[in-house]
Amino acid sequence: MRKNKQTGKGRQRKERIIRFFFFSVALTSITILTLIVVFLFWEGLPIFSKVSVYDFLFGRYWYPTDEPPDFGIFPLIVASLAVTAMSAVISIPLGVMTALYLAESASARLREWVKPIVELLAALPSVVIGFFGMVIVAPFLQEIFNIPTGLNLFNASLMLAFMSVPTICSISEDAIYSVPLELKEASLALGATQWETIARVILPASLSGISTAIILGMSRAIGETMVVLMIAGGAAQLPSSIFDPVRPMPASIAAEMAEAPFRSDHYYALFATGVVLFAFTLLFNLVSEHISNKYRQVGAATL
Amino acid sequence: MAIGIRKNNQQSTIINQQSNMNSLLRRRKLIQVTIFGLFRLSAAINGIALLVVVYFLVARGWRAINWTFLTQPPMDSMTKGGILPCIVGTLCLSLGAILVALPIGVASAIYLNEYARPGRLLRAIRIGINNLAGVPSVVFGLFGLAFFVVWLKMGVSILAGSLTLGVLTLPVIIGSSEEALRSVPDTYREASLGLGATKWQTIYRVVLPAALPGILTGAILGISRAAGETAPIMFTAAVFYTPSLPTSVFDEIMALPYHIYVLATAGTEIEATRHLQYGTALVLIVLVFGLNLIAIIYRARLQRRM
Repeated sequence: MRKNKQTGKGRQRKERIIRFFFFSVALTSITILTLIVVFLFWEGLPIFSKVSVYDFLFGRYWYPTDEPPDFGIFPLIVASLAVTAMSAVISIPLGVMTALYLAESASARLREWVKPIVELLAALPSVVIGFFGMVIVAPFLQEIFNIPTGLNLFNASLMLAFMSVPTICSISEDAIYSVPLELKEASLALGATQWETIARVILPASLSGISTAIILGMSRAIGETMVVLMIAGGAAQLPSSIFDPVRPMPASIAAEMAEAPFRSDHYYALFATGVVLFAFTLLFNLVSEHISNKYRQVGAATL
Repeated sequence: MAIGIRKNNQQSTIINQQSNMNSLLRRRKLIQVTIFGLFRLSAAINGIALLVVVYFLVARGWRAINWTFLTQPPMDSMTKGGILPCIVGTLCLSLGAILVALPIGVASAIYLNEYARPGRLLRAIRIGINNLAGVPSVVFGLFGLAFFVVWLKMGVSILAGSLTLGVLTLPVIIGSSEEALRSVPDTYREASLGLGATKWQTIYRVVLPAALPGILTGAILGISRAAGETAPIMFTAAVFYTPSLPTSVFDEIMALPYHIYVLATAGTEIEATRHLQYGTALVLIVLVFGLNLIAIIYRARLQRRM
């Protein structure tokens, strides 16, 4: 009797240890996220002994290797926001409509074809898309629009759009699927056409999920590196047209880090740029988190 | 007479209304057809985009691919020769990444799906994972440089690159493993617990074997993701050129994605090495798509079985 009780206790203790083990492993992601923040700031903050935060963020000139150097990343921030916004103009309608196609209008057989296509599009390595934009799309654009260079804001946005479409599409599709069938059936039974049902019932019901999808797609676009490094053109200037070459933040970091002397002001400035970029994506992610938590669709009653 | 006329009028208004309703219905149908056409068009645009990219890579890359290309190192300051060191390097880095990410990812997923109870802590962990998934790849590169290369003194090496890529693929692995665990029916767990097994025995003997195919699918996708990334390895593992294959995890390495970037933007003769660039891109695509297709087909089979 007593022995049994003890083994029971032993078992319970072992279970507690195992549970604790898994708990500590599960904390890895948060730990890494914290380490990322700590080390970005650690290597980025020293630049602010040379440049004020305001001058760094809103300085109009980025000439890190000049003597004396200029560390103003405003043109880089504007470039990042510009390519992101422009790619969103293309990727939002394309992504959401593809999701609606998959969820509402495609036959089961076509779905089985289109879904893997979207997945393969997501799997395309960014360097390959960058390469494609550089050697195929850029000369094409140059000829069609008769512009000095095909490596510009427009080309980069176009390629970025195709990188964020799969994100937008797959998350939107999940959101559309999770709309309760009763809502759809009720609308159809009242005589609404399929499109009217989509526009008045399904889209409003899945709006929070679709917004999350859009924000995450834009977050992917603003952080994407190889595409903007290879095809945005690389000029650190404020763009005045969509065919101007630009230098978004990730491109600047990736292009210059190899040349910046270790722990020089330039090196610190690039890490500080990384902090700003990270802050943008963090903001996007927290907003999407907030939306999906606050407006979560639970059952049919909360519409 | 007057009544008859009125009746006629009434009838004609009814007919009018009916034809109005008919035209309204036609218009609604037309809108429906147009918009569904737009949906189909957007889906088609995705397919066309994929086809165009693959077409150009295959059409211009396949000529570069031969036995020498796949089995020789680059020669004559990378204007001739092959890409063997890059292939080996990419395999090392992506396998290293999955060695890091798979155990941590699966264990995290086990905690999240089997042990954790809803609450603030769980939400914090989830927010951590979601935000980790959203960190830009170049920021992972900066982190890898500052933490693994400099602070932990690993230098620019396979080890530092694999760890950086491992951290990057971690959210992918957690996500797919969790989905695999979630798809194991609760009746399995209840049956095992009912027979007197402990929670851990249930997880180890019942839940994990049932979830294994799904977890492996996720792992394959993780490898393919790690193989295609460039920015995270630029400062942590990859170099322009190494003459020899790696002999230890502390060696620098060449990698397919970085090689494409280098040849296309910084090579000695960018135009003259175009065929090598296309060839390298094609090899990378074949590797990545091959892994993805295996995962897609495998998963389709699983779904049919369940």
